[in-house]
Amino acid sequence: MIKGSFLVPYIIMLVVEGMPLLYLELAVGQRMRQGSIGAWRTVSPYLSGVGVASVVVSFFLCMYYNVVNAWAFWYLFHSFQDPLPWSVCPLNGNRTGYIEECEKASSTQYFWYRKTLNISPSIQESGAVQWEPALCLILAWLVVYLCILRGTESTGRVVYFTALLPYCVLIIYLVRGLTLHGATNGLAYMFTPKMEQLANPKAWINAATQIFFSLGLGFGSLIAFASYNEPSNNCQKHAIIVSIINSSTSIFASIVTFSIYGFKATFNYESCLNKVILLLTNSFDLEDGFLTANNLEQVKDYLASAYPSKYSEVFPQIKNCSLETELETAVQGTGLAFIVYTEAIKNMEVSQLWSVLYFFMLLLLGIGSMLGNTAAILTPLTDSKVISSYLPKEAISGLVCLANCAIGMLFTMEAGSYWFDIFNDYAATLSLLLIVLAETVAVCYLYGLSRFESDLKAMTGRALNWYWKAMWGGVSPLLIISLFIFYLSDYISTGTLRYQAWDAAQGQLVTKDYPPHALAVIGLLVAASTMCIPLGALGTLITRRLKRGDTAPVA
Amino acid sequence: MLWLLFFLVTAIHADLCRPDAENAFKVRLSIRTALGDKAYAWDANEEYLFKAMVAFSMRKVPNRETTEISHVLLCNVTQRVSFWFVVTDPSRNHTLPAVEVQSAIRMNRNRINNAFFLNDQTLEFLRIPSTLAPPTDPSVPIWIIIFGVIFCIVLVATMLLIISGIRQHRRKNKGPSEMEDSEDKCENVITIENGIPCDPLDMKGGHINDAFVTEDERLTPL
Repeated sequence: MIKGSFLVPYIIMLVVEGMPLLYLELAVGQRMRQGSIGAWRTVSPYLSGVGVASVVVSFFLCMYYNVVNAWAFWYLFHSFQDPLPWSVCPLNGNRTGYIEECEKASSTQYFWYRKTLNISPSIQESGAVQWEPALCLILAWLVVYLCILRGTESTGRVVYFTALLPYCVLIIYLVRGLTLHGATNGLAYMFTPKMEQLANPKAWINAATQIFFSLGLGFGSLIAFASYNEPSNNCQKHAIIVSIINSSTSIFASIVTFSIYGFKATFNYESCLNKVILLLTNSFDLEDGFLTANNLEQVKDYLASAYPSKYSEVFPQIKNCSLETELETAVQGTGLAFIVYTEAIKNMEVSQLWSVLYFFMLLLLGIGSMLGNTAAILTPLTDSKVISSYLPKEAISGLVCLANCAIGMLFTMEAGSYWFDIFNDYAATLSLLLIVLAETVAVCYLYGLSRFESDLKAMTGRALNWYWKAMWGGVSPLLIISLFIFYLSDYISTGTLRYQAWDAAQGQLVTKDYPPHALAVIGLLVAASTMCIPLGALGTLITRRLKRGDTAPVA
Repeated sequence: MLWLLFFLVTAIHADLCRPDAENAFKVRLSIRTALGDKAYAWDANEEYLFKAMVAFSMRKVPNRETTEISHVLLCNVTQRVSFWFVVTDPSRNHTLPAVEVQSAIRMNRNRINNAFFLNDQTLEFLRIPSTLAPPTDPSVPIWIIIFGVIFCIVLVATMLLIISGIRQHRRKNKGPSEMEDSEDKCENVITIENGIPCDPLDMKGGHINDAFVTEDERLTPL
C-alpha cells in the first residue's frame, strides 16, 4: 500500500514494467485486429485459453467490485446529516456515556464496522443479509445497468463523464488539502526517500503491483480496444502517453491523499498531546493552561523528580505521542477509503460538503471501473451468435447484472466483508500475473520477436526501438516471474493464510486463520482462471491429434 | 470560651469537608480552556456564587427547601482550579447523603454551568455523571429519503431507455416490409403507361441481378 518514499520504486517500475507491457498489449490488439480470445488464438492455437482466463477474471471482478460502490452510496446518503453520523458516538442505554464498542475503537471505526457492515466476529458466522447495504447494492447495479444498457455507444459517452469529473473533484480537494493544518507533514513524509525502505523488497513489489493493476494489464480490454485502431496507428506513442497520464494522475491523487493524511496525523498527534496534558494537569492539580506542548517534557521531568510516587502511579497512562507513528499507520484497501478519509473529513469545516464531494468522486471512479469490467464480460456474450440471436442486448446485460447482483448479496451478509477481502486479495492478483507472463512469453518466443517486429514495421512503418525488445524479451518476464515467486513464497512462509477480524469487545482487529472451506474457495478462485490456460492448450492439442488421426488413414 | 467555640466549629467544619470525606464531591474547573483570554480569576466571590448555586439546587429537592448558603462547605481549593465540597444539614453536624446531592446537581447542571460560562467538560463534578444530550433522531432516517429519490430517478431513466430501445426495434422490423409495398406500387404505375398495358421485364416474381441495376436506373418497359 502507499507508504512514504514510494515515488522512486513507482517511477522505475513504470518505465521498466508498465510501459513495455502496455505497448505489447496495444500492439497485439492492433496487429491481430480481434478481441482477446481471437487475438491469442491467432498468435498460437494453443493459447486460446489466455483470452478465456481474462474473461473469467473479469467475471470474478464484476461479482465483488460493485459492493464497494454500494458502500460508497451508503456513505454518500449519510453525508447529508448534521453532525456526520461517523463523527459522534451514539449514547448508551442510560445516556450517561457512549456505547462501549465506540469508546474502545473510534467513532469512524464504529460506524464502519457496526453501522455499515454489522460485521460478525469471524468468517464462520455468516449472519443474515443486511437490508441496508443490500438496497444500496441493488441501486449500484441499477446504475451500472443504466450505463451499459445501450452497449458501447452509451458506455463511451458515460466514460467521458466518469473519467473527467474525478479530476475536477481532485483539484478541489488539492486546494482544500494543501491549506489544511498539518498537510505539509504528510507531503514531507511522502517526498523524503528513506533509504531503509528502499532496500526492503516489499516496497518494490508493491510499486510493481500498483502499476500492473492501475494500467489494467491482462484483462483483455486493452487488446479489444486496440483492435479498433487503424493499422497504421502509432501505438507506441499512445502507450507512452497513456502510461504517463495514468501515473501522473496516481501521483496527483497521492499528493491529495498525503496532504489529508498529514492533516489527520497532525490532528491525532495534537489530541494525544492534549490528553496527556489534561491527565497531568488533573493528577497534579496544576494551574489550568500552564502545561503546553512546548514545556511538556521539562514539566514531566520536574514532576518525576518532585513527586516520584504519584508520578509512577500516573506514568503507565501517559502515552508517547509521536507524529511519525501516526503517519506510519498505513491502512490497506477499503479501510483506507472508508475509515481514514472519513476520519480526516469529520475534522474539516463544512464536513458535509467535503464528504459528499469525496464519495461522489469515489462513486464515479467505481462505476467507471465497473463499466470496463462488465464490457469485458458482455463483449464475448453479445458477439456469440448463439446467444444474441435469442435475446436482444438489453436483455443480456439485464441478466448479467441480475445474476451478479444476486451473487453480490453474499457480500452484504454479516461476514460479507471477510469474503470480500478474499475475493479482493486472491481473485485477480495471481491470475493476472500469470496471464501477462503467458502473453509476453507467447509474443516473444512462440510467435517470435523478430516476426512480430517485422509485422509492426510493416503495419506502422516505424522500426521497433531496441529498448522495447530488451524489455519484452528479458526484463519484463523476469520481473513478473520474480513477483510470482515472491507472492508464492509469502503464502508458503506464513503457513496457513490469515485474515483480520473485528473484535467488538476489544474494539480492534485481531488476526485469525481461515477455515478450510474458505481456503477451498481461495483455491477455486485462483484455479478457475489460471487453469484455463493449460486447459486451452490441452484442448487444442487433443483436437489436433484427433484430426490428424482422422486424416492419416485417408492420406 | 469564644476562642474554644471558634476552634470547635472550624474543627467540625474541617472534619466534614475533607478530600475523600464521606458525601464529599470534588469539583474541577478549566476556566482558561473554556474562555481563553476572557477567563476570570477564581476568587472568594466566585466561591460564594458556587455555594449559592449548590444551595439553590438543594432547595429544589423536596424536604431540603431550607438549605442555606452557609450549609455548603468548600475546602482544599487548588490552583487548578479544583476543590471539594459538602452540603450539611441545618444542624451543621451531618452531611447530606451523596445520592441526594448527586441527583440535585444533575437536575440543575445546566443552570450551574451557565452561571460560570462553562460546560459539562470544563466544569466537572467527579463522580456525578452528566446526562448527555441525545442526537436528534428524525422520524424517517434522512438517508432513506435520499436513497428513494435517487432510486426512482435511476429506475425511471432505465425504463425510458428500455422502452425507446423496444420502439426502435419495432420500427426496424416494420421498415423492410413497408419498403416492399412501395416498390410494388411503383411497378404498377410503370406498366399502365400510355394506356397500353406493357409487359415489363418480370421484376416482381423474379430475381433482380444487382450487377445490371444501378441506384438511379429504372428499367423502361419495352
